[in-house]
Amino acid sequence: MTVWIAIVGASLIAFALKFAGYTVPPEFLEKPRVSRVTALLPAALLAALVVMQTFTTGANLALDARAAGLAAAAVALLVRAPFIVVVIAAAGTAAALRALGWP
Amino acid sequence: MARPTAPADPARRAVVRQGLSVAIATGLYGISFGALGVASGLSIWQTCVTSLLLFSGGSQFALIGVLGGGGGVGAAIAASSLLGVRNTLYGLQLTPTMAPRGLWRIPVAQFTIDESTAVAVAQDAPENRRLGFWVTGVGIYLGWNVMTLVGALVGDAIGDPKQYGLDAAASGAFLALLWPRLRRREPVAVAIVAAVVAAVLVPVVPVGIPVIAAAAVAVVFGLVTRSRTPDGQRPDGTPV
Repeated sequence: MTVWIAIVGASLIAFALKFAGYTVPPEFLEKPRVSRVTALLPAALLAALVVMQTFTTGANLALDARAAGLAAAAVALLVRAPFIVVVIAAAGTAAALRALGWP
Repeated sequence: MARPTAPADPARRAVVRQGLSVAIATGLYGISFGALGVASGLSIWQTCVTSLLLFSGGSQFALIGVLGGGGGVGAAIAASSLLGVRNTLYGLQLTPTMAPRGLWRIPVAQFTIDESTAVAVAQDAPENRRLGFWVTGVGIYLGWNVMTLVGALVGDAIGDPKQYGLDAAASGAFLALLWPRLRRREPVAVAIVAAVVAAVLVPVVPVGIPVIAAAAVAVVFGLVTRSRTPDGQRPDGTPV
């Protein structure tokens, strides 16, 4: 029963947090000052997601096969490869290195 | 005769491909959650309901991590919710694009996660942002929940998704989404500072906070750099 309380409680809060973002009036977001911030947010969020996805394990920084995968993705992007090729290059590099015994 | 369903625009096809690539890599990871959920002491049913209702990878792993480690209900909900705070920020960011009204806000909110936001905000045209959001959000929702069930049923029989490099696939996808934004000096500076801030904070603050701190970097830049950009352009160079 306690597990169900945790699942439902966490789900309700998670949904409320998601929903809250959509309750801000659009007029506020259209103010010049605010729109300058929201125009820069994608670069900040995506950069942080790259770091979190590649270089962290839980609350620790980590350097493993994911970093090599990211480097392969960067090379693919430099040669203007399509999106799917970039993703496959990253996955393939990490998978190959792990098959060789890398963490 | 016109074929209204054919995605004639190459840009739209590219968005669909991006969304599906991210959805497949992320959805397959649901198998980890399913396997770990059962290993943490949840029933198959409980594990699946968590993916259906909570639907936010980090929050889900935090929840079962605390429960599996013998933590209390309050601690489990707190850890999960802390990771969910960034979704509020994503909603703020997506409001002008999605502009959901009434009951429609419910599915839009539920599908608001890292990946759907990342694919949406990486597009320039509003209709492509919406397309990216829906393809990625719905694609992951379906894949994640099906694979949660598979993972809960078969456990680790298929093996760790890491051995197929699926975690690195997500890294590559996020970098590919960031890449086109790095043409002007200001977003490059914001991206570098945000990445450094997130990395530095990882060991010292609770999981989930570094992404929010990275967003604060954009807020500071946006507020202090005034409007030195040419008329009719956003600071990142895309047309207003």
